[in-house]
Amino acid sequence: MLEIDGLTTRYGSISALRDASLTVGSGEVVGLIGPNGAGKTTLMGTIAGLLKPAAGSVRFEDRNVTGWAPDRMLRAGVALVPEHRRIFTDLSVVENLRLGGVTTPPRERSELLDEMVELFPSLEERWTTSAGYLSGGEAQQLAIARALMSRPRLLMMDEPSLGLAPVLVDVVFELIANLASRGRTLLVVEQNATRMLDVADRAYVLRSGEVVAEGTGDELLGQGDLFETFVGTGNG
Amino acid sequence: MTELAQNIVDGLGRGSIYALLALGIAVIFGVMHLLNFAHGELITITGYVAYAAFLRGASWFVIAPLVLGVAVVASMGIEQVAFRWVRGAPDFTLVLTSFGVHFVVEAAFLMYVSASVKNFNRPGWIADTVDAGGLSFEIFDLVVIGVTLVTLVLTSLLLQRTMFGLALRASAEDFDAARLMGVRSDRVIRGAFALSGALAGIAAIFWLMRAGQTTPGAGITPMLKGVLAALVGGLGSLRGAVIGGFALGLAEVLLRARLPDAIAGLTDGVVFLLIALLFIFRPGGFVTVSHAERV
Repeated sequence: MLEIDGLTTRYGSISALRDASLTVGSGEVVGLIGPNGAGKTTLMGTIAGLLKPAAGSVRFEDRNVTGWAPDRMLRAGVALVPEHRRIFTDLSVVENLRLGGVTTPPRERSELLDEMVELFPSLEERWTTSAGYLSGGEAQQLAIARALMSRPRLLMMDEPSLGLAPVLVDVVFELIANLASRGRTLLVVEQNATRMLDVADRAYVLRSGEVVAEGTGDELLGQGDLFETFVGTGNG
Repeated sequence: MTELAQNIVDGLGRGSIYALLALGIAVIFGVMHLLNFAHGELITITGYVAYAAFLRGASWFVIAPLVLGVAVVASMGIEQVAFRWVRGAPDFTLVLTSFGVHFVVEAAFLMYVSASVKNFNRPGWIADTVDAGGLSFEIFDLVVIGVTLVTLVLTSLLLQRTMFGLALRASAEDFDAARLMGVRSDRVIRGAFALSGALAGIAAIFWLMRAGQTTPGAGITPMLKGVLAALVGGLGSLRGAVIGGFALGLAEVLLRARLPDAIAGLTDGVVFLLIALLFIFRPGGFVTVSHAERV
């Protein structure tokens, strides 16, 4: 479904991402793990179109989508829940969701709103509240719901558990498992490596801008020391 | 008391025009981080359009919608010709570009039209007054206030109830996040310039009705008033821009009426002094905006 080949992205003269290649199959849950500064967010941003790659290609559903602008990528079927959520705090909860569905036809949009209520019951209570007043956990749920409003065929999430209390981290991973069980295709960046490996079909390990390992959770964890070196402590 | 009430209506009338100009400036600043010093050129351009229409015998019933339409088209045209090339450039580049537009438009009218003042007729009713409860109000002020309130309500509905409004507000807060939602940056920026142009067009109708003339430099004063009102209100805040406009209008009229005759001529100076004081105590203006992301 998604094929990344030799992707390189630079900030000025610094390559934040070097020759990265990976694939995500339809219905797969793929994790991207690695320490801070490994290039995970850069990779997500490049796929989503926020950053222009210096080299390499991005193919989605057999189309070359390299360098497409974010709004075009979204229309192609790829949605990103960005790092730090970036919900619109000046908009209410329901307005955030409606905007998430800006590309969906109005009738479908109201159906999707009902779906989101079902998936995230706690958001309904805050429906008309300004999104700036949401707690971290609610805000993360809103960010994910907002991305789902576009009916993406590939949903990418950048550090969905970042900055959340442990109990809310559980909620996020349950949600990922829930979405996975519904057959969604997910590409998820997580620092929380071991927990990510629990829910992911496969994962890639990034380090210093390069993909250094790939495999299922067991395969990666089986590498023991190597895994520790790549990911850091690996706990959490 | 009577005089105060009259001054307030007068000030609100003047403030209405400032509010419309400031709101247009705030809309553009919101999506592009551009402080548009070329905003007043919409009044210069529409001024010459009004003059040309007047020469052909058009009445204000024809001129007013014409001014509105031309302002929208000119605003979008300026975006296409000048501002789209500097999207995402540093703020300073954007400001310089807007100055450039201002000077180019002014020079174009100077070179290709005329340096002299072009006069046209004010509407016949402009000096009429209406008496109520022993007070006398200018009909013009009441019309300006009424039209402005309707415009503000419509603008608010547009921003709150439509997808374009949502996209505009979201883009003003976090442009990239809005693009990630599928908002087309091109459309939202063009839409913002259209809206800004429409607001300036309505302001221009009243500005020109009262002025009854235009010159190549006619845009400077309305631009300054609009920019000042937007700054006073809190740059980036739409609500603040409207509040700033009304506050500026009221301050000007009330000061001119209340200051001793000897210094009444210095009203503008006193207004600037008050603005300086405001910024000492509230550096962000009336309404503080925490984000204002840039394109």
